Amino acid sequence: MAPILQLKGITKRFPGVLANDHIDLTLNQGEILALLGENGAGKTTLMNILYGLYQPDEGEILVNEQKVIINSPTDAINTGIGMVHQHFMLIPVFTVTENVMLGSEPVKMGDFLDRPKTSARIHEISQQYKLEVNPNDYVKDLPVGVQQRVEIIKLLYREANILIFDEPTAVLTPQEADDLFSIMRSLVKQGKSIIFITHKLREVLDVADRIMVIRRGAVVGEADPKIADKNKLAEMMVGREVNLVVEKEFKEPGEVVLSVKDLVVANQFKQVMVDHVSFDVHAGQILGIAGVQGNGQTELVEAITGLDKSASGKILFKNEDITNCTPRKITEVGSAHVPEDRQADGLVLTFPVAENLVLCTYYKEPFAKGVVLQYDKILENSEKLISDFDIRTPSSLTPVGSLSGGNQQKVIIARELSRPIQLLVASQPTRGLDVGSIEYIHKRIVQKRDEGCAVLLVSPELDEVIELSDRIAVMYRGKIIAIVDAGNVTKETLGLLMAGIIPEKIEKEQGEKVVEITF
Amino acid sequence: MRKKDLEKKDLLKTVIEELNGGEPAKPKKKRAFWKVIQIPALAILTGLILGAILIAATSFTVYDAFKVGFFNGIGTAFAEVGKAYLGLLTGSLGNPVEIISALIYGDAQDVRNAINPILESLVQATPYIFAGLACALAFRAGLFNIGVEGQLFMGAAAATFVGYSLTGLPAIIHMPLAFLAGALGGALWGMVPGLLKATTGGNEVINCIMMNYIAYRVTTWLLTGPMTRPGTGGMPISPIIEKSAQIPQFFKTPIRFHLGFFIALAFAALVWWILFKTTWGLNLRMVGVNPRAAKYAGLNITQVTIIGMALSGALAGMAGGNEILAINRSMAIGLSAGYGFDSIALALLGNNHPVGVIFAALLFGVLKNGATKMMVVSGTPIDIVTILQAVILIFVAAPAIIRAIYRMRQPLKEETAAASFTLSGWGGGK
Repeated sequence: MAPILQLKGITKRFPGVLANDHIDLTLNQGEILALLGENGAGKTTLMNILYGLYQPDEGEILVNEQKVIINSPTDAINTGIGMVHQHFMLIPVFTVTENVMLGSEPVKMGDFLDRPKTSARIHEISQQYKLEVNPNDYVKDLPVGVQQRVEIIKLLYREANILIFDEPTAVLTPQEADDLFSIMRSLVKQGKSIIFITHKLREVLDVADRIMVIRRGAVVGEADPKIADKNKLAEMMVGREVNLVVEKEFKEPGEVVLSVKDLVVANQFKQVMVDHVSFDVHAGQILGIAGVQGNGQTELVEAITGLDKSASGKILFKNEDITNCTPRKITEVGSAHVPEDRQADGLVLTFPVAENLVLCTYYKEPFAKGVVLQYDKILENSEKLISDFDIRTPSSLTPVGSLSGGNQQKVIIARELSRPIQLLVASQPTRGLDVGSIEYIHKRIVQKRDEGCAVLLVSPELDEVIELSDRIAVMYRGKIIAIVDAGNVTKETLGLLMAGIIPEKIEKEQGEKVVEITF
Repeated sequence: MRKKDLEKKDLLKTVIEELNGGEPAKPKKKRAFWKVIQIPALAILTGLILGAILIAATSFTVYDAFKVGFFNGIGTAFAEVGKAYLGLLTGSLGNPVEIISALIYGDAQDVRNAINPILESLVQATPYIFAGLACALAFRAGLFNIGVEGQLFMGAAAATFVGYSLTGLPAIIHMPLAFLAGALGGALWGMVPGLLKATTGGNEVINCIMMNYIAYRVTTWLLTGPMTRPGTGGMPISPIIEKSAQIPQFFKTPIRFHLGFFIALAFAALVWWILFKTTWGLNLRMVGVNPRAAKYAGLNITQVTIIGMALSGALAGMAGGNEILAINRSMAIGLSAGYGFDSIALALLGNNHPVGVIFAALLFGVLKNGATKMMVVSGTPIDIVTILQAVILIFVAAPAIIRAIYRMRQPLKEETAAASFTLSGWGGGK
């Protein structure tokens, strides 16, 4: 069968960077092609070229063996290429119908919108591809998984034949992700073709028909998901052998370091985001908080670290009340915080690496005498941490913003872990990082735990939580609905918990004991 | 990893590095320096070229010459431009022939007179240095202090009051006291918008502009009422300050060169030291670049914002106080020639760095001082200089134009971020 899409020798240069180096890609009709690669490997650049956001410096694009030039997303849609973005392009206060018709509105009697016609078409599409949605629901009322379906319907409504999914599972629960995969399969069964961009190995093996691995802007190989295994793929992606399993020995937990009691946190709109939450974290123990993003984890962490005020409840650090203390006070009692958004909170991007490495300690000896900064000590500290934590930077004086994401995160990890701490609050410590950096950061966190530090780990990545944690608390709509022992819980159970399905039911259905249920 | 790199480095490179004194870091620094100044430098060059075109295009002599013939016209255009710029240069930097001959004959008074244009440029630059530092410091703290003008007036009023009302003090006490009164007046005036921003979130740009209006009227009232000079019948002018409060001028009139210039340089050094060598400066800069990270690092943003505005106001107040104590010796309404507003542009031109501010202030001083002479010798209107300043600043503010003209590469994202935070300061940013 003739390929529906062909990229031939696509090359894209940015000043100083070869983002795509003569990439050839073939997509056959009715197949799911997974594009696997680390962040910064050039996947997104390639897809942006295909979607008309960039022009290639060299190479050509063929759709149905016809050469096409794509200058804009509109051109892309017209040639049948559609993209489901990682961050949805939907208007929350519009209905599904209105969102779908936006941009190509059918009209009747002159200039009146023809909503019924669109609704009917949406209904047809959702029947045909098993995409259940109610065309009259407002988008803001829909769960994330359904919003993603609306995005897909938007493309099908515009009769796209080639669908690009850019990291589509980042915002989904495992169950929602499985639903998405079955939707993708039903799409290809009916003749659509899909390019699936991801850096998650498990998903690739689950859903793809063919795997293409990109590294440093070039295709490094193809693989068949039926015979490929995770380690092999990770090796292709990173270019060296990678240890995917975190090695961690059992450790008897010590005294309680952090104790959260009946904590309530409201956001700026007075909505309760953390709803009467209680838990303890012991020394030498990693408590993982699992949950789909946006279920109150961010607010919980901000309250514990002093970035936000709590409405009621208590936070104790070794029996010392630190509720609503300033971030500086909380840092000084011996806690460290790896923030969720490293660029917004954790780093000052225009400042050099050296200054970012003392961001929480610069005002104290030995980095300052009185008010005078001791730059020789600051640089000394920076040189030491750069070599200890293997931060790849041209020098201590390079602005941290010009480092790669992984190295930026290493700067934060180095800064926080190098202090004498008893509590580490790590919020999405590996968000958006490549396999190599993830491996390294996991090792460091476990090492800190082994040294007797209490760790609170928050992550929407279920694999990460399961691998690192000793205990797992699941957060759903601001509540901790269960705290389970990480040793004897399955991914499926956690997935159900993350979707808010109560533990008793699981216990009955699966005969599995869920420990320490707290409400 | 480093060791490995060393091993990998090929022999030739190592040899070359050794020959160069084994210091590969040095050329890098040089390049970084060029990177910082290339846009302002090219902007000035382009501004001068555009100014030349403008001078030629507005000169009737040139049009008349074009009627005679094309080459005649071109020649006259170059001559006209040359005459104007020569006037500008000799007006602001002195006539080299005069300077050399004065030096040869060695008459002290002749030497002073010959170099007076340079000295006068420095005098003109002095208030620009203070006001430019005020803006630069505020920008570094993420604040848009458009209220320098008002703070300058209040500083001048405070310095004047201390200058004439206290009598019998020795100069060593009176002069610093009057100068610091100026700083305090400006600081208090600057603190108000800082306080409003920190506590209520009120936009400092709006509030600074309003504080300017209040300052104008308050000083007018002061000068016609409580601070008016006795015997003038309510003329808006203050009494002359005590001799002991005056900042000394080094030479006899008409040379006005005074100690204030060196005080300004000292404060530039102090601002540099505070900004880049102390924890206070790091606090200011952190809040300025990324308030969220500053909060994460444990800073009290409210406090830093108020202190930032107060310090900026203090420098602005010094600009006013210094003019009174060193030059005017009494306060009148038309005190400032828009120093407060020019200083925003000036800080931008100087990349919000004290050293950059000094050079930008010198440029402004030179242009301002040379403009009069230019008008006298070539008949070019003084306003050309204003246009010249404006054009230069537009190029600095929109570096993309300069990059396009000189075909420079686009900057990396983080470089843009570093360079453009001044402009994103509008409206207080996020």
